[in-house]
Amino acid sequence: MELFELVTAQTIPEAVKAQAKSSTAQNGAEVRFIAGGTNLIDYMKLNVERPNRLVDINGLPLDQIEKTADGGLKIGALARNADVAQDATVKEQYAVLSQALLAGASPQLRNMATTGGNLLQKTRCVYYRDTATGCNKREPGSGCSAIGGYNRMLAILGTSEHCIATNPSDQNVALMALDAVVHIEGVKGQRAVPVAEFYVVPGATPQRETVLEPGDLVTHITLPKMPAGAKSVYLKLRDRASYEFALASAAIVIKQDASGKIEFIRVAMGGVGTKPWRSLEAEKALLGRAASSATFRTAAEAALHGAKPQSQNGFKVELAKRCLTHAMGQASQSA
Amino acid sequence: MGAAGVATAATAVTPLAVSAAIAETQERTVPQAQAITGTMPVTLKVNGQSHSVQIDPRATLLDTLRETLHLTGTKKGCDHGQCGACTVHINGRRVNSCLTFAGMQQNVEITTIEGLGQPGHLHPMQEAFVEHDGFQCGYCTSGQIMSAVAMVKEPWGTLDSDVKEAMSGNICRCGAYPNIVAAVQAVRRMA
Repeated sequence: MELFELVTAQTIPEAVKAQAKSSTAQNGAEVRFIAGGTNLIDYMKLNVERPNRLVDINGLPLDQIEKTADGGLKIGALARNADVAQDATVKEQYAVLSQALLAGASPQLRNMATTGGNLLQKTRCVYYRDTATGCNKREPGSGCSAIGGYNRMLAILGTSEHCIATNPSDQNVALMALDAVVHIEGVKGQRAVPVAEFYVVPGATPQRETVLEPGDLVTHITLPKMPAGAKSVYLKLRDRASYEFALASAAIVIKQDASGKIEFIRVAMGGVGTKPWRSLEAEKALLGRAASSATFRTAAEAALHGAKPQSQNGFKVELAKRCLTHAMGQASQSA
Repeated sequence: MGAAGVATAATAVTPLAVSAAIAETQERTVPQAQAITGTMPVTLKVNGQSHSVQIDPRATLLDTLRETLHLTGTKKGCDHGQCGACTVHINGRRVNSCLTFAGMQQNVEITTIEGLGQPGHLHPMQEAFVEHDGFQCGYCTSGQIMSAVAMVKEPWGTLDSDVKEAMSGNICRCGAYPNIVAAVQAVRRMA
């Protein structure tokens, strides 16, 4: 690990100003915010992240979870994953988020990891983690070792010839299905970005993963009010029952009318995309139709229509379809 | 291990190129007066006792506990938050001490296995681990016990499967899992 200076931000503007000195807010940033530290310190130990300055933001007043005037929920960037997962409103109205958080990491990590940090969680691609190998995300222009390499865990949606790294987060898949909005304070003031527009696909610049610019601090996210009677489910499939990243996961929010017809639907996937993956195709195949296993399967087929398997992860195409179908079934039947 | 070199006050800081032993002597006699370039003063409250030390900002809480404060009950396994051997409590919550910098943990209450119980005066969870043979080699045990003590206060179900999920962040390569679950359940039933 390279030497850095640890400074503590007392105010949000102070934090913004400190990080704005960095040439980027993406991979290669010289200044990093640090909160839970679970992801950043791991990568600093591997020399993948090499900031020369860390801005400790744990003292900022951004850890609250509170209801908004319009019936939604505001979750501070510093709210710990464990606290969000156990929050009464989250459990009752946004069950998919609680379930997703509890399906991720370990209890110790969830006690440390924050909402904002999880939003920016880095890929687990083994080549990104290993500085001895080529990786366009870590070192632009050095090539993608994962294409044709060990890619069993990697993405089949949103990939490019430059990068096939999977977004590893569970939280963010749920946020996609919940139409979350990311609130950012930056050098030019505050702005709000729908989570669907927060992430970018790798294309030719995999080092860029989000819309964040130097100085940008995620202060909180907001979740809109869910339609009355909507149900939600997170289903995660992985190599072992606990404490493992997803091979495929599904976040479903569904509302059916009295006749069983689907009148509200959100479908998102994890473990298969280069970003948390919302499937408008699947939603289109479900909206207005009667909930049935045949409808769910058709929607799952639509969701994976553009999938591009690599040498070792072809199994994910069918796995993701079954994951979606099963999760839709669970959500439509959940009380 | 790469991070071992940054454990103490000054071992990895290059400007003075001092040996670890010398650095530590200076550190103990004149804690702040001769601060080595790049190091920072930190006050940690561990097991109710306050410690003011001069450390490398790269020193994790784990390394600082072990190498600077000589509280070696907390173990280093993977050093990446995957094994749980380094589990301690911060304000009563279990965390991986390898994934936080000591400089970030001032003004909080840190509890290590040394603060839980002592020989002849064990914490009920320590007694239960002895009673149920919850270990073989013992390397993961302090992390398991710290995790278990915090877990008992968290909202988990009553089943063995709930304990297994709740303890999934602590790896035991000897495979003492059934006995660990039995020990944890014994303490939960006492509560």
